[in-house]
Amino acid sequence: MNLRAFLPIVAVVAALACIPLVIDSNVVLNFLVTALLLTLAGQGWNVLGGYGGQYSFGHAAFFGTGAYATAILQMRYGLNAWAAFAAGIAAGAGVGAAIGALTFRSGLRGSYFALVTLAFAEVLRIIASVAPVTGAGVGILIKLDVGARALQFSSRAAFYWLILALVAIALVVTRLVEQSRFGAWLVAVRENEDAARALGVDATRVKLGAITISAAMAAAAGCFYAQYFLFVDAPIAYGPWISVEALLAPIIGGVGTVFGPLLGALLIKTLGEAAKLVTGDAPGLDLVVYGIVLIVVIAFAPRGVAGVVARCHARLLPPRKASAGVNAA
Amino acid sequence: MSDRILAVEGVSKRFGGLQAVRDASLTVEAGRITAVIGPNGAGKTTLFALISGFQTPTGGRILYRGTDVTGMPAHRLARRGMARTFQIVQPFAGLTVLENIAVGAHLHIAGRAAALAAASRVAELVGLDHILQQSAATLTVAGRKRLELARALATSPKLLLLDEVLAGLNPSEIRDMVPIIRAIRERGVTIMMIEHVMQAVMSLAEHIYVLAEGHVIAQGRPAEVVADPRVIEAYLGPGAAARLAGGAHGR
Repeated sequence: MNLRAFLPIVAVVAALACIPLVIDSNVVLNFLVTALLLTLAGQGWNVLGGYGGQYSFGHAAFFGTGAYATAILQMRYGLNAWAAFAAGIAAGAGVGAAIGALTFRSGLRGSYFALVTLAFAEVLRIIASVAPVTGAGVGILIKLDVGARALQFSSRAAFYWLILALVAIALVVTRLVEQSRFGAWLVAVRENEDAARALGVDATRVKLGAITISAAMAAAAGCFYAQYFLFVDAPIAYGPWISVEALLAPIIGGVGTVFGPLLGALLIKTLGEAAKLVTGDAPGLDLVVYGIVLIVVIAFAPRGVAGVVARCHARLLPPRKASAGVNAA
Repeated sequence: MSDRILAVEGVSKRFGGLQAVRDASLTVEAGRITAVIGPNGAGKTTLFALISGFQTPTGGRILYRGTDVTGMPAHRLARRGMARTFQIVQPFAGLTVLENIAVGAHLHIAGRAAALAAASRVAELVGLDHILQQSAATLTVAGRKRLELARALATSPKLLLLDEVLAGLNPSEIRDMVPIIRAIRERGVTIMMIEHVMQAVMSLAEHIYVLAEGHVIAQGRPAEVVADPRVIEAYLGPGAAARLAGGAHGR
């Protein structure tokens, strides 16, 4: 294990953790919370899509399952909020494993996989909008009960540190995947599934592992969403907005990189807010901005912001980078 | 009998109306280089796909190291020591040469550092050690063929299936590659190869099977096989052997 690889994560998380100590504006903290929420969901998408090459259009299925499980277990079954949060992550991971088992075992790849994940998310959205347990069209309100025991905080900073801790775990897990045999196999499956199989990689199992980790991260974002806004309904939980944003963040930030989703989430949330400031709250304008940014990134920087940063870095320090690579070998 | 590593018994494969492989039988002796030759479309690559678990035969069975492995998926065969290369090279284009080979090494080595170390040793064996950090996408055809070989070799195979690793190489590249293949055999790896480059087949193979229209039409030592009229006719058409013989007399 190369511990030095974790230093950038420690540095970034430590820097982010200091922000509430210097800024106590609720607007800024609220903005950062939503950006980190998106980072978490995007990191989930990145594990499966960025490292594994399996492009999902339906991460709402996992996000929404986490959100609903957290809300339902607390409000209908009286479970403690922390336990409900953990159960929500597990439920999301379970849905991920189930969808993965169905799609990967039947050999769905590429756009077929993307369409099927979209369909699963839509089916869940329709079920959630009529089923009594989810509150049908009304949704579920989580009872206001401020206190650490109920995982509700009056200060934005506490929520901010909670989501930052979750993001930190996701960053570390992603780096662990990157440095492990599982990660090498996952990337091999992305690059060429047949060649990977010839080298002894059980592609189905590797993809199943990836979708389970991926779904757990997206579900954690959903659990946090429910706890933060204390309200879940079908269009929020299973709506296409989160599927789209969860893939935009890593694609714009840099697919298959540890910090890509964080960079992308900060960038698109900033641009979205800026668009709203300029035009006053025109509905859907942030989506137009996302679309333009996506086109620009795909056309000019297919490896995202992280790719641009890496290219500049390599240009500034070419010899050192090469020797570090040889040492790692 | 005991040193027979692979036995293909009456294997057939039908794709709809096309009978790609028809009742093919052959055996591969451990520690030797066995070649499969035949005209284009003879079913050689399909036969490899059947043996390596990428296709399931519609008839017959395949015995590998004494056990029936018919229809066993490719990754499980790889774990049992059967590795293959692809005729159309399949590099992991987004990865470096070293990372490509390390995927193979990971089959038996869990640790990242150990797998990378093993990969660089294999790279040395096939002559890729000077471009370890280069992206696989930038390799020449010869480099990609070597990379195919290196990746398969990194899985520590007992049986190595080489699907035209010399095709597309120029004569000097072939001269470089032949000793590498021989060195792999010297390390105790059994090799079964599909090859069109006859000069290399003649110098490398100890036993040759000739496939035509999905069927094994001849087998034997290299010198016997190339003189076999059935083989000449499979390549050049009916009556070609007689015409060749007649032409020789005429001169």
